[in-house]
Amino acid sequence: MTVLDHIPSEAQLRRAAYRRRQTVYSVLVAASSTAALGTLLVVAVTGAPGWERVRRSFLDPEIAWDALPAVLAGLWLNVRLLVCCAAGALLLGLVIAVLRTLRGPIFFPVRALAAGYTYTFRGLPLIIVLYLLTLGVPGLRLQGMPPVLVLGGLALVLTYGGYLAEVFRAGIESVHPSQLAAARSLGLTYRQTMRHVVLPQAVRRVAPPLLNDVVALQKDVGLVSLAGPIDAVRAAQIATAQTFNYTPYVVAGVLFVLLAIPLIAVTDWVTLRSARRQSGGS
Amino acid sequence: MALLRCRGLRKEYAGAVVLDRLDLTVAEHQVVALIGASGSGKSTLLRCVNLLDDLDDGTVELDGEDISDPRVDADRVRRRIGMVFQAYNLFPHLSVLENITLAPRRVHRRARAEAEAQARELLDRVGLGDRADAYPDRLSGGQQQRVAIVRALANSPRLMLLDEVTSALDPELVGEVLAMIRDLKADGMTMVLATHEMGFAREVADEVCFLDAGRVVESGPPEQVLGEPTQPRTRQFLRRIIEAGRL
Repeated sequence: MTVLDHIPSEAQLRRAAYRRRQTVYSVLVAASSTAALGTLLVVAVTGAPGWERVRRSFLDPEIAWDALPAVLAGLWLNVRLLVCCAAGALLLGLVIAVLRTLRGPIFFPVRALAAGYTYTFRGLPLIIVLYLLTLGVPGLRLQGMPPVLVLGGLALVLTYGGYLAEVFRAGIESVHPSQLAAARSLGLTYRQTMRHVVLPQAVRRVAPPLLNDVVALQKDVGLVSLAGPIDAVRAAQIATAQTFNYTPYVVAGVLFVLLAIPLIAVTDWVTLRSARRQSGGS
Repeated sequence: MALLRCRGLRKEYAGAVVLDRLDLTVAEHQVVALIGASGSGKSTLLRCVNLLDDLDDGTVELDGEDISDPRVDADRVRRRIGMVFQAYNLFPHLSVLENITLAPRRVHRRARAEAEAQARELLDRVGLGDRADAYPDRLSGGQQQRVAIVRALANSPRLMLLDEVTSALDPELVGEVLAMIRDLKADGMTMVLATHEMGFAREVADEVCFLDAGRVVESGPPEQVLGEPTQPRTRQFLRRIIEAGRL
């Protein structure tokens, strides 16, 4: 292609000028419609008869500032728990998914266990798993019982591991049989084929839905507070009970969204990259 | 001495007989071309020889060893047989170099540097030395297929199975792949190739086998099978090929 010495034709110049005008026009339309909708929303909310009361009980800046340290301390627990639980659930999901692909009669009990696990924990509500583990298990009064926080984390790992296992399995099954044939024809064993050919492609393909589940996990991490530990939502609840004002909840909500933004951005980026790769780009 | 001997092979898929008492013998350094319509059993035969599919009857011997015995370690057998597929089947997540060195490193436990040196040498020989670090989706079909052949060769196989390796290629890219197979023949590689390229089969094969309904209907030197076929079904097949302008 000649780029340097190309002189655009009359027709191309007219097309370019038309497209420029269209762009300016589109920007103007977008700006004015956004402004109109925004104004309408502000007027509707602030003009509502109960607005003053809602503003005082949900958006009090002074109470927000006072509640912030406690909520932040709680959020730190959420973050730590999220990192541990996400790592644990991803690992568990991957192991379960691989176990479900094993063939041969020796592995029947392993396959059956893995299948039973995914059926059970995808069907069981997280809250029930949490109560069973954090209230039921310590009731056994066994020696060396881990703290409630660990048991609560375990409930999250078990529940999300079930979902993630199915995502991994979908990825494994999406790798075309011809890839397995090629690997086996080279003399690779089943395990080597899995490790070097199938899993790398499967994980890359399902990275977006996996990360999406991690974003969901981030919100459910707070449920361990039902068993006692003070996370961001629980800290907000305590602050609310002390002030008779709901602002701390709003503070916690805003912090959760801020925490999710980087994770969601990474998810979008990974999705975009894998979409581009599948369409033949670099 | 026969390198590969197939006796009475039978294979069924969902009630249909794909291979029917098929016999085939390939001597060392011999090139055998399998011709026949789609569904005549060419690909299935190659997959059964490479133990990718289980047989329903018959035996396959490689170097005098019965490899269709279920007690035989299939992975060890496949290391001695190179296979190239119609759709290349390169690993898309690995670079050209990694595709080629995967088996030498993981199966034959060679050191990385040694495997890579061997791979680069093979790539240089087929004129792809500058594409070693490219990913498969950056290569043309002809280049991908040549990499797939190099990948199979990196295992130093006794026998190469080529399954319609030019059928997925644009016409102008067929030549470069055929040239590579020609070079392999010159090096004395034993090959069984399923093909629709009659002209190439005539040129490169020592023996041509015409398959129909899972059986070898006619076999012999290419001039005879392609020039003066004795079986009516062979004649009918070749007539259709000529009508389609493929001969």
